[in-house]
Amino acid sequence: MHERYARHIALEGFGEAGQQRVGDATVLVVGAGGLGSPVCLYLAGAGIGGLHLTDFDRVDVTNLQRQILFAMADVGQDKTEAARNRLAGLNPDVAVRLTTGRLSGDDLLRAVSAATVVADCSDNFATRFAVNAACVRTGTPLVSGAVIRYEGQLAVFRADLSPAPCYRCLYEDGDDELEDCRGNGVLGPAVGVIGAAMAVEILKLISGCGPALDGRLMLYDALNAQWRGLKLPRDPDCPVCSTAQ
Amino acid sequence: MSRVSVLIPQALRPLAGGASLREVSAATVEEALNAIERDAPGFLARILTPEGEVRPLVNIFVGDTSIRERAGLATTLADGDIIAVIPAVAGG
Repeated sequence: MHERYARHIALEGFGEAGQQRVGDATVLVVGAGGLGSPVCLYLAGAGIGGLHLTDFDRVDVTNLQRQILFAMADVGQDKTEAARNRLAGLNPDVAVRLTTGRLSGDDLLRAVSAATVVADCSDNFATRFAVNAACVRTGTPLVSGAVIRYEGQLAVFRADLSPAPCYRCLYEDGDDELEDCRGNGVLGPAVGVIGAAMAVEILKLISGCGPALDGRLMLYDALNAQWRGLKLPRDPDCPVCSTAQ
Repeated sequence: MSRVSVLIPQALRPLAGGASLREVSAATVEEALNAIERDAPGFLARILTPEGEVRPLVNIFVGDTSIRERAGLATTLADGDIIAVIPAVAGG
């Protein structure tokens, strides 16, 4: 074990203790797409104890431009099953659990409750609001990433700390049209940048090697090669977290 | 009137001739957005409801602070302020 994780253990602030915490942790990854791919690969490489991966979709050839978990041979397979094979090849010590379908209701609540950290890599607002509500209810930290076109967003919502803003404090549940990758396009490596940054925040949260991105929304503009940090507003009347905290 | 910059989100840049940033003179956030609308018709409809409220999946910041933590669209501006219009993104 020491040899495999030597470069993390050598890091000041990470060390053996941090590696042990990573090995003891389970991360729920919602969505095995462009964000879920680097998140899963980096966490498996880091020796995460457990990965619970959920996705309802199958691998399509148009996914391969950015979803680096998959290869041509996976086209047509369930993303979850294809991901398991890839992750097992990378690190067979990681306990990979799959949910092939959409987690909702009590199933979602149980999955979130069992996780050390949740990574929201989903591609729709309904899932994002549901995952956020489950995290707030169970006091589970949520690392949220999203990308469209050439721009990405990254935030960490600390439902384990109180008071702290949640995703619903930032965005109200509305009926705005969904902007998806299909209609608008997305730059493959830009998704990788945000996914990798999500993995960084997850490993920081779990290992304790540095301060998490608490209370900030990071915006990435790939076209102009710029990052911008904004303060996450907390809504004192938030229907999700104001009653839970 | 203050001279401020408005960061245009990528989704709305086609309305603004592709510009990612516009400089305008305005006393409040609302005035700044109206100034953008004059050059980029349709801009306001994408970020405000017909009632003039900020849309649910849009945030507006002055500097690094949400206008919800200040005076909303009536937030007053100072020279050099940067207004960022941030639509929610769900792609993954």
